[in-house]
Amino acid sequence: MTQQRDLKAYWSANITYVLILLTVWFCVSYVFGIIFADQLDSFHILGFPMGFWFANQGSEVIFVLLILIYVKLMNALDIKFDVHEQ
Amino acid sequence: MSILAWTWVIVGLSFALYIGIAFWAKAKSTGEFYVAAKQVHPVLNGMATGADWMSAASFISMAGLISFLGRDGSMYLMGWTGGYVLLAMLLAPYLRKYGKYTVPMFVGERYYSNAARVVAVVCAIFVSFTYVAGQMRGVGVVFSRFLEVPINTGVMIGMAIVFIYAVMGGMKGITYTQVAQYCVLIVAYMIPAIFISIMLTGNPIPQLGYGSSVSAGGAEILKDASAQGQHLLDVLNKIQMDLGFTAYTAGGSKSTIDVFAITFALMVGTAGLPHIIIRFFTTPTIRGARASAGWALLFIAILYTTAPAVASFARINMIKTLHNEEYAHAPSWFKNWEKTGLIIWADKNGDGIMQFGKGNAFIGGKPNKEKDNLDMKSPNELQIDRDIMVLANPEIAKLPSWVVALVAAGGLAAALSTAAGLLLVIASAFSHDLLKNVVAKNMNEKQELIAARIAAGGAVMVAGYFGIHPPGFVAQVVAFAFGLAASSFFPVIILGIFWKRASKEGAMLGMLSGIGFTAAYIIYFKFMNPPAFNVAANWLWGISPEGIGTIGMLINFAVCIVVSMITKEPPKQVQDMVESLRYPREIA
Repeated sequence: MTQQRDLKAYWSANITYVLILLTVWFCVSYVFGIIFADQLDSFHILGFPMGFWFANQGSEVIFVLLILIYVKLMNALDIKFDVHEQ
Repeated sequence: MSILAWTWVIVGLSFALYIGIAFWAKAKSTGEFYVAAKQVHPVLNGMATGADWMSAASFISMAGLISFLGRDGSMYLMGWTGGYVLLAMLLAPYLRKYGKYTVPMFVGERYYSNAARVVAVVCAIFVSFTYVAGQMRGVGVVFSRFLEVPINTGVMIGMAIVFIYAVMGGMKGITYTQVAQYCVLIVAYMIPAIFISIMLTGNPIPQLGYGSSVSAGGAEILKDASAQGQHLLDVLNKIQMDLGFTAYTAGGSKSTIDVFAITFALMVGTAGLPHIIIRFFTTPTIRGARASAGWALLFIAILYTTAPAVASFARINMIKTLHNEEYAHAPSWFKNWEKTGLIIWADKNGDGIMQFGKGNAFIGGKPNKEKDNLDMKSPNELQIDRDIMVLANPEIAKLPSWVVALVAAGGLAAALSTAAGLLLVIASAFSHDLLKNVVAKNMNEKQELIAARIAAGGAVMVAGYFGIHPPGFVAQVVAFAFGLAASSFFPVIILGIFWKRASKEGAMLGMLSGIGFTAAYIIYFKFMNPPAFNVAANWLWGISPEGIGTIGMLINFAVCIVVSMITKEPPKQVQDMVESLRYPREIA
């Protein structure tokens, strides 16, 4: 039954990755870009008020990075647990 | 060469390219017709997804919408991109592992029920048809503005083109034309944006340009010497506030909870749209499906990060060059677009000078036939159609005629690519989910392929009909397609993948209660009551009908979970199938 346990570990590692990445997803868009946008606007980034930047561009750029990180992590995880496609 | 001649040449060349691809990519099997035989490279699939996703609305209307809404317009930027994160992590790899052809098919097999499949077919067809009618109309509008043919002739030409490559090539033909269409539309969007950014700020990257300072040349264009060296957004904020608007970079036109709910409904709706989901069925591997979502979002983000820059440039340029300017000295682009009726000046105080300000130039925001329904309560004398922010861009930047022509080809590429993706969903829902699965189970491969082609052809006809005779409700409903997708598909697919216990009773009641609640709320506020009733004070928790899909989705989740707990658990082979979705390789 060792293989069964490995699959469980694979699945829970996957869920952990997804939860962490989706927390970042939620923070940059909903927390920074909507809820606390006004407060963040007193800081500046790349010449933009920060809350405005997260809402306008920042969250989109970070979304792309999040998927990139997920792809890298999962491809490595697939190989580690020997469930990758041949 | 004149602008019109250039436009015919460039649009003609782009259409020839699409048809050429159609002949090269003819579908020979149902596998090729439904999912391009799962042979699409992840990068190409990313481009195709980008074109599939970015419609006439993204290309023509979004920047204008943002320029009028300021920071609140970001809900469209975040809402229409954030869904890809959900797709990449929660849907694409698992549905690719499932490996079959349609979304209703997955729902039917996972919930071991043909009834669930039929409910899903109805949702998919409804969502896709409301969406596609708008695209066909968009094709007609671009034709009429740039090529001076009647709107209906434009719709017919668009239909003929889509007919050729969708019916012949199916998913395979659509995919490779979408790749070409992405290239056309992104070049057409970026060139004017880059030049306007250089003109106003000296920065060739528009994404950074609108956060930079106004250059000497920019100050000259804006007719404001004091603007030189100041941050462009500061100049824009100041002029906005001088005219009585809120600052451009501040929110304020909508409540925080409503912006939150709308953004969420758009994100989850994106992840629930069948024509986007099936794009991830076409990659050769599960690795490829994951990567493909990343490529898709990268290609989409190039346009979506440029749109807010275009919005700011257009806004500041419009106010600075038109407000308090004598009509006799109006810029040439203003005179050109005045002819189309997209921009109208009404001299309320008879001083021969154009004044811009808060409120409407005409009562109700629309001029009547005689253009004499002036709204005297507002000092604003300019009636501006939002679409002009993108359409007039090349002329504002004084770019050569061929760039104007390129924008026309880009708008057509955006509309046609989205229409084709939606038509395929409709065709496969008919031929595979209804005909093959329910009506004529004994169909062989050849017959099904013929049926699929006929269904695609029929769907093109119906879409064209709606494009020529747009039902009054389409414009209103398109915005709600997302809410309906969010409250129907998304929860049952997520639970279907991540929770083995989810039962068919739970899924069906969940879908029906989610979409039922959302549709009822929208109908109540949009169709049963006068517009004056559709205000925050009457809304549930201050959430507008645009954002109510978020609540509908939560209801669907809650109902599906509770009902699944009290009904029989799914059969063993279904639970085994759910287990197998989790691992990229087949585990015995």
